[in-house]
Amino acid sequence: MIVRRKDRIIVLGVTGKQGTFWTEKMMAYGSNVVAGVNPKRAGESHIGVPIFASTAEAVRTTGGDAAVMFIPPPMAKEAAVSAAQAGIKLLVVLTEHIPAQDVMAMHAAAAKHGTRIVGPNTAGLVTPGECFVGIMPAFVPSVFKPGRVGVISRSGSLGTLVCLNLTRAGLGQSAFIGIGGDPMLGTTTRDALQALDEDARTEAVVIVGEIGGAMEEDAAAYAKKMRKPMVAFIAGAAAPPNRKMGHAGAIVTGNAGSYASKRKALESAGVVVVDTPSQIAAAIAAGLRTSHHSGKIAGQPIGHSA
Amino acid sequence: MNFEEHAAKSLILATAGIPVPRGVLCITAAEAAMAAANIGPCVVKAQVPTGKRGKAGGIKLAASPDEAGQVAEKILGMRIGDYIVERVLVEEQGQIDREFYAAVLPDVTARKPMLLFSTEGGMDIEDIAAARPAAIRRLSIDIDGKPAAAEIDAMLAGLNLGEAAGQIARILEQLYGAFVAHDAELLEINPLALLADGRVVALDCKFVLDDAAIYRQTAVAKRGAAGGMTALEKRGAEAGLKLIQLDGNVGVLANGAGLTMTTMDVIRHYGGRPANFLEIGGEAYTKSEIALDLVLSNPGVKSLVINFCGAFARTDVMADGVVRAWRTLKPKIPVFFSIHGTGEDEAVALVREQLGIEPYDFMEDAVQAAVKAAQ
Repeated sequence: MIVRRKDRIIVLGVTGKQGTFWTEKMMAYGSNVVAGVNPKRAGESHIGVPIFASTAEAVRTTGGDAAVMFIPPPMAKEAAVSAAQAGIKLLVVLTEHIPAQDVMAMHAAAAKHGTRIVGPNTAGLVTPGECFVGIMPAFVPSVFKPGRVGVISRSGSLGTLVCLNLTRAGLGQSAFIGIGGDPMLGTTTRDALQALDEDARTEAVVIVGEIGGAMEEDAAAYAKKMRKPMVAFIAGAAAPPNRKMGHAGAIVTGNAGSYASKRKALESAGVVVVDTPSQIAAAIAAGLRTSHHSGKIAGQPIGHSA
Repeated sequence: MNFEEHAAKSLILATAGIPVPRGVLCITAAEAAMAAANIGPCVVKAQVPTGKRGKAGGIKLAASPDEAGQVAEKILGMRIGDYIVERVLVEEQGQIDREFYAAVLPDVTARKPMLLFSTEGGMDIEDIAAARPAAIRRLSIDIDGKPAAAEIDAMLAGLNLGEAAGQIARILEQLYGAFVAHDAELLEINPLALLADGRVVALDCKFVLDDAAIYRQTAVAKRGAAGGMTALEKRGAEAGLKLIQLDGNVGVLANGAGLTMTTMDVIRHYGGRPANFLEIGGEAYTKSEIALDLVLSNPGVKSLVINFCGAFARTDVMADGVVRAWRTLKPKIPVFFSIHGTGEDEAVALVREQLGIEPYDFMEDAVQAAVKAAQ
């Protein structure tokens, strides 16, 4: 789920207002957008992108490694299932408020066809200095710069803030993985952590979690085995219990998914958990100094791009 | 969206063919007495979309119409949780032999629907899960299909259900069908009772409609429970904004649920108390003007933090809405900004020039200043 410049990207819903705006931003940044899909405008070209009637047709003509959906909730299931059937291996679902049963149907189709879904309700994926897929301000130089810190976030806005704070502290990012704010995600915190653990360019990881669900607890089980320094911030410590905070995933019932449960699980796995977002950069810098000093990770000092 | 018991039973269970007790919805004690005269010995049940009604004294037995009127008199107007009881359901009493639990809900880890059944009905499922996890049978279901009869039989095997097994299996099938047909986030029967006369009947029902599916469940959604919101929260909902009013004094306006929760956390971290949760993320980022009005309408607000970190949401658009609202409302309280991300330069210039306020570089500093100002 770390996107590369060679990845051929198909944009579903490219002709809409947001699809147009963000596809132009993606291409300007270096993303390899090869096709768009809109059945009503097949055969046309839109902002320099050829439009096809279906994802399957686009894949046959241009090939496609990844697809990103700018599709409203009522049409999201069909678009996602069609993309999975067309053989798309990585499907980034930005759409928020897709009915839960449609989300389950999307995940069932993805499992059947070997598609990895990122999201729903994700802000997307950024590989700073290379390309991005989604609705992140990858192109704002104060927010993202190439480097060696991998960032996992359920939230786009909070993920942006964290990358901004890292960049201001001179710590560039190897990859930003927005996993999404929905309760049923195709790519979990643990999946993203494993991808960053296996990524040679990533030397440290920031986990930006949220209350609700058990993903942070699950990720902690994997984190135990990792040698790269990890820092986490969990949003929602001050959230009142039993109230949904926008993200349907962020509902706390009983002890499961509580702030305390997540913090404890991560800390016992050796992850440094901080209280406010501005503390993340210092904690990462300290972790990197220690790991370089102890020779855990071979490599140059942080801040120099590979 | 939550539903009261009578709505869940009539709209969802009865429609699916699941047996429910004979009952009448009443809004006065006199109506309850009249209903009881037709029904016979009955149960008078407070209709509020929340649990713990029995513990709160909202469910009482009545042997006669007079008694039904008396208990209804006591229950009507009672406060249960966030709700005042305005309706009671008068239902026939049954001789209960056994109580079961049945539910369908999404299993978020497996990303599939899950059917639950337990012979330990009548208590909260959380309590059953804590006390006797083995007492809960689970069946994971393929969303594109439905539970096979053999799977349900296997799920119920060894539970000594006797002649009720067939009825229960049928009810579980119907329950799953209703879950799918009505976009349920939770559909629960607790208890599902085996009566002395051999019938299996749903004595209570909890139905939560997936808010994201309201657009295609309009008929059902019309019967949803509107209560549980403050007047301000209702205004927010009407404007398409999720507002949660809290008891603090530092107002919060931020984009995205994650950033908004974080702003609240940081307020708490520095010893302050947030006055609200309100996010204008996603498509709602153009609504900052109305959002600010809502935040400032909360009488407890003494200072305000505006924390924007634009990704999809453009900070220049959000800042423009704030500036416009500020000019109209002319609030007297101090406001502290932190603005970063998409559209940052224009947004910062706008706030600086139009409001004469310099945004903080770090949100923590803006929050600290706001917490101090609110004291």
